Amino acid sequence: MARARADIDTAALQNRSLRMGIGAVLLLLAVAAEHGFGSLDLSTFYFLAVMAIIYVPPWESVPVVGRFARAGIAVIIAFTYPFFWDKLFTVPVFGAFPSVSTGVVMLVFIMMAVGLNIVVGYAGLLDLGYVAFYAIGAYVAAWFASVQFPHANVHFGAVGVGQNVPGFHISIWLLLIAAGFLTAGVGVIIGLPTLRLRGDYLAIVTLGFGEILPQIARNSDNFFGTGFNLTNGPNGITPIDSPGFFGVNYLTGSGAFWTSERLFYWTGLFLLLFTIFCSVRLRDSRLGRAWIAIREDETAAAAMGVPLMRTKTWAYASGAFFGGIAGAYYASFKSATFPGDFFFNISVFILCMVILGGMGNIWGVIFGGAFLAYLDQEGLADSGSWINSHFSEVGFNVLVGVLFVGGVVATLVYARDMYWRAGLAAVSGLLALLFFVVTPIPLPIDVPKYEFGIFGVILLVVMLFRPEGLIPSTRRAAEFHEGVADEPLYDVQHEGA
Amino acid sequence: MVTEASRQPLAATRRLRPSFTAVAGTALVLLMLVWLGINFYKTPSDFVQIFLIGFTLGALYALIALGYTLVYGILELINFAHGDVFMLGSMMAVTVVGTTLFDLHQGRVWYVLWPLVIVALLICMAFCGLLNVTVELIAYRRLRSFILQNVGLAWKGPNYVQTASVLPKGNVFSTHGVTYTWEKLIVLIVTVPVLLVLVWLVQRTRQGKAMRATAQDTDAAAMMGINVNRTISFTFLIAGALAGAAGLLYALYAGSVRFDQGFQLGLIAFTAAVFGGIGNLPGAVLGALLIGLIQAFNEGLSWHAPGSDWTQSIVFALLILILVFRPEGLLGERTPEGG
Repeated sequence: MARARADIDTAALQNRSLRMGIGAVLLLLAVAAEHGFGSLDLSTFYFLAVMAIIYVPPWESVPVVGRFARAGIAVIIAFTYPFFWDKLFTVPVFGAFPSVSTGVVMLVFIMMAVGLNIVVGYAGLLDLGYVAFYAIGAYVAAWFASVQFPHANVHFGAVGVGQNVPGFHISIWLLLIAAGFLTAGVGVIIGLPTLRLRGDYLAIVTLGFGEILPQIARNSDNFFGTGFNLTNGPNGITPIDSPGFFGVNYLTGSGAFWTSERLFYWTGLFLLLFTIFCSVRLRDSRLGRAWIAIREDETAAAAMGVPLMRTKTWAYASGAFFGGIAGAYYASFKSATFPGDFFFNISVFILCMVILGGMGNIWGVIFGGAFLAYLDQEGLADSGSWINSHFSEVGFNVLVGVLFVGGVVATLVYARDMYWRAGLAAVSGLLALLFFVVTPIPLPIDVPKYEFGIFGVILLVVMLFRPEGLIPSTRRAAEFHEGVADEPLYDVQHEGA
Repeated sequence: MVTEASRQPLAATRRLRPSFTAVAGTALVLLMLVWLGINFYKTPSDFVQIFLIGFTLGALYALIALGYTLVYGILELINFAHGDVFMLGSMMAVTVVGTTLFDLHQGRVWYVLWPLVIVALLICMAFCGLLNVTVELIAYRRLRSFILQNVGLAWKGPNYVQTASVLPKGNVFSTHGVTYTWEKLIVLIVTVPVLLVLVWLVQRTRQGKAMRATAQDTDAAAMMGINVNRTISFTFLIAGALAGAAGLLYALYAGSVRFDQGFQLGLIAFTAAVFGGIGNLPGAVLGALLIGLIQAFNEGLSWHAPGSDWTQSIVFALLILILVFRPEGLLGERTPEGG
């Protein structure tokens, strides 16, 4: 940072150009291998050109606008995405680019990941119950914008709902704000008694809350035996009103340009940008620096006069706030809320996004969120059909077996100083290989069924070889490599120091 | 006597501070006792029956809880994969028990049946023990339990798998409306000797001594010439073996297994371990028995019981309360590994 602005770092420039070049060649070869060279249409080259414009030039040395150039280009691309997504080329293995409605889901999950990043990435509090906040947000939208309470007849700003429809019908915009604040309040209530705990214990308590709240949602069609139908039990609450403004209902859209999907997409993008803006500003604020101090060393931070409880509670409340907004928006988009949506899996899913991308670094978290949400929505199904159409059953099982043995060999290298344990790994690896031979995985394979196994493997590989995540913040990476963090979230229990 | 008397007021003033928690806790326990008493008064035979179910369930949980507590005691790490190791153990049990060997001897005389059950038990224990060691070796980290869960999913499919029934039909005893079946008795038949062996292993053997030493102070143990890594692996082996035994018993007891049972049961067992004081072996057994009883009473009793819909919430609420108000658990921190 102390470097003069106009000074261009040529080594970094060369490095980035080289990487970009290699990436471009690989992508072109892969596309060509998939469909032949005739399939290399213009969109492939446009895509590469835009990537190069974002990645290669030394934007950081451009005065004034340089700081915002990359983010600005990315935002412009994101906003115009609905116009060109279906004209883009087909990616090998993964198939077409995600559709706009998938994009909405991705945006919501990125938003939650950015929210969770405040708790886990900045403040270093492992939260395994983030889904509870998402659930509260979703139910706020469900209660106050549906026919769930037929005795009430309250209308306020809802678009596309007749005056005679029973139930609460409050404008979704207001509900988003209300959901955010209510969830933040619940975050404080949950946080106050539990944030005294450290590390694993905190994780377990949050996990407990994350399990209890969905169960309450599931059982509250007869609210604690009073006969009051609060959540409609396992059947969930549906339909939920859509947002809208100036008489345009998001559910129906308006004309060929303002389609329903695009409206939801742009609004979601706007909410995400708001979340990112808040997250970045919070990180650089006094509060954010206190969070990072607590993450790095709680005792030292306390000694320096950081009020532990208040700071941690703020982290919890801020993270919960965005979780609540995302939950309410998602409920409105799906027009439904079911207790089955709020299982522990979702908490782990969001946590995976944060960890995969790189805890504490907002761009990493955005990448992790986008990638995993895309895999969840489209990617796994697409790659599954690709596998089914490209492999014979024997070939696929051999591939899986080879990958497995490769993993075992990698582990052998990793554990080279522990021979007998490595030997054990070899034996179990071979046994597992035998397992594939005796009971081969049948084709066609239903890849999404193994979703969490695949996520598990991805995480495992990332944790083994790059524990700081794919795109880490410099500071966080330094913590992992210098062992500054006294309680790392992922203990590398390996040859005690 | 004089000193005792003079200490009394001091002790009283000292006790003032945590009094709210203590009073609230005592009130809660008393309320529960009253509720149990009324239930006992109303339906005595049901009550005894449910007590037996709860005790059996508790013994099963104890086996899993011990796995958590052993690993925590030595590494101060929560082995999140333990529940899924248990799940795979029960799948192994289903496979083993479903083989023709067992099919042929179904309903045969006891001296053929019981050795077979013991063989099945040993297979499951060895399988889970090795699996747990491998898990520890490849990645001692959280969240990878999903991989194991998917292995279970790939192995037996997403539906409940029925266990072949190998145990003798009929009741062990049936008096005054209280019945006790072989499926339940076998849990106790197996658990008690396994626990005794565990106590012997930890208390009397060289390896157990090494375990206790490592749990107390890893560095000091290493300096005394204990192979810490091997001790850790050994602990995982034992924990896995216990999970394997629990897997077999669960498969026999519940009659069906499913790929996602490990997470739920694992959490309940973990709660039991925390309840008794994590890292404390007798504590884990005590906590597990109490949790088993709580679950059975909650699901079985007829008078004002919340019912099975709420079991999980009650267990987790208990977990949160313990962690917040008494993180050291019921038996406290006697020694890190108990014993």
